[in-house]
Amino acid sequence: MASKDDSKGMNNQAQANEKLPALLVSAFGEDITEASINHGIPVFTVHRNAYRKVVEFLFNLEEMPFRFLTDITGIHLPDNKDDLGVICHLHCLTSNVRLRIKTFVTTSDSHVDSLTPLFPGANWMERETFDFYGIHFKGHPNLTRILNMDDMLIHPLRKEYPLEDQSRKDKNDAMFGR
Amino acid sequence: MSTIQKIDSDLVNIPKEDAFTTLNLGPTHPATHGIFQNVLTMDGEIIRDAVPTVGYIHRAFEKLAERRPYNQITPITDRLNYCSSPINNMGWHMTVEKLIGATLPKRVEYMRVIIMELARLADHIVCNSVIGVDTGALTGFTYLFQHREKIYEIYEEICGARLTTNIGRIGGFEREWPQRAWEKIEQFLLEFPPALKEFEKLLVRNRIFMDRTIKCGPISAEKALSYSFTGPNLRAAGVDYDVRVFAPYSSYEDFDFIIPVGTQGDTYDRFMVRQEEMWQSLSIIRQAIQKMPSEGGFHADIPDFYLPPKEEVYNNMEALIYHFKIVMGETEVPVGEVYHCVEGANGELGFYLVSDGGRTPFRLHFRRPCFIYYQAYPEMIRGGLLSDAILTMSSMNIIAGELDA
Repeated sequence: MASKDDSKGMNNQAQANEKLPALLVSAFGEDITEASINHGIPVFTVHRNAYRKVVEFLFNLEEMPFRFLTDITGIHLPDNKDDLGVICHLHCLTSNVRLRIKTFVTTSDSHVDSLTPLFPGANWMERETFDFYGIHFKGHPNLTRILNMDDMLIHPLRKEYPLEDQSRKDKNDAMFGR
Repeated sequence: MSTIQKIDSDLVNIPKEDAFTTLNLGPTHPATHGIFQNVLTMDGEIIRDAVPTVGYIHRAFEKLAERRPYNQITPITDRLNYCSSPINNMGWHMTVEKLIGATLPKRVEYMRVIIMELARLADHIVCNSVIGVDTGALTGFTYLFQHREKIYEIYEEICGARLTTNIGRIGGFEREWPQRAWEKIEQFLLEFPPALKEFEKLLVRNRIFMDRTIKCGPISAEKALSYSFTGPNLRAAGVDYDVRVFAPYSSYEDFDFIIPVGTQGDTYDRFMVRQEEMWQSLSIIRQAIQKMPSEGGFHADIPDFYLPPKEEVYNNMEALIYHFKIVMGETEVPVGEVYHCVEGANGELGFYLVSDGGRTPFRLHFRRPCFIYYQAYPEMIRGGLLSDAILTMSSMNIIAGELDA
């Protein structure tokens, strides 16, 4: 019955939310720049140099090994000093606990360690993040564009490339009547 | 065919590098059911390596979403996995509801379960009957597709559209389901099981089909997990991970169902897992109809996000203001970031939403299951035959719209 597993999973998540922040801060100290609980899952902001080590630590955690990589994606916060972010969702399937890890780099120096040695599935997720945000993943086997064309010059999801304004009048497109 | 699939490379006289043939499979090959390109390195009929190219129908959904008000993003989600649009729509509504902290009446959640399970059925009908087509059995496809049509008619009764449904709204459904929709669901529940049984009779113990699919494109549970597989493909490898059980949403915890798992992770197991999931979906729909509360309406009481009925808009000042704000995209959304996932027809479909309080999302990322597991495709077809590669692809249920977003 689905409901039994569910209640167990919820308890595990609640316990992890209490335990994990202290555990990570004691293991990495200053490298964990922020720890909070957001909509029921713990969120950690880590220093870029410790990003891979933190994920590795969680990967090898004995009581709840985070062996499932749910997602890697990027974000661009143009107002921040470290304006490019990598956001990674991890899941421990054995105890059903999720968490989110963020790390920030700058546009001028956007290098962060790749997670491909731990998770082969990180390959395309990191390529996608590189494609759209220009974040360079050190140690990635094939860091090339994936969804956009190879000769594209920009990283299109950055905020400096706004979508075309729908009300612009300087275009004369006979086909679509603008 | 499967006997010569895994030829020990030591026993075969491997020719020099330049003796390999390069073969472009796709981008528009009729057998790949979509725009997929794979540059294959072939040794005769055996695949030595494959390099997939993706992005042919990339439409920049994540960028588009950054300019659209929340209710206008639903049509974008239709076009991800277009074989089961309602699941994507519901997943998106639930993500926003999680962000704004809305609670829905049980009745709406059960209606959502019904429509999502119908969508799962439609998706699995496409995938499994196409596996049949790729093995040379067109008959099952023609029989089962009639019933997918019936599901589309149910969508049509509820929302007016068939493929890109844009079904439901943030907070519930756009209108009460008409009586005809309920009748059509009842009729579908009556007519579909015999057809599905017949389809199973045609393929499940069919010697040709089994020879063709068993040990075709296998993947182990460890490999599947390391490649972040989800959905039927992961379950076929033997891991019982299902978002409906691990993180129940929309009251899935109220229903009794089984998560089928395979053992080999090959094409046959993927086929069988989907087949069993169809039976489970039918059972969930029956349970939802049975347990359906008679009261609760068809939407939650969140006037900031849910359009008021037209007669009130014309006669009531407050309703007019809400109507205007929603239509003009002036709704105030709380600042926050959420990740919400639903069990899509081919895996964990996740929405990572960051809101800075503006009228549009600051960042919206879709975790598209088939984008993530398609990267294991070269590994799964290496050492196999070209015809098995086609079959492996169709059994993985790669949907171009979701792959390229």
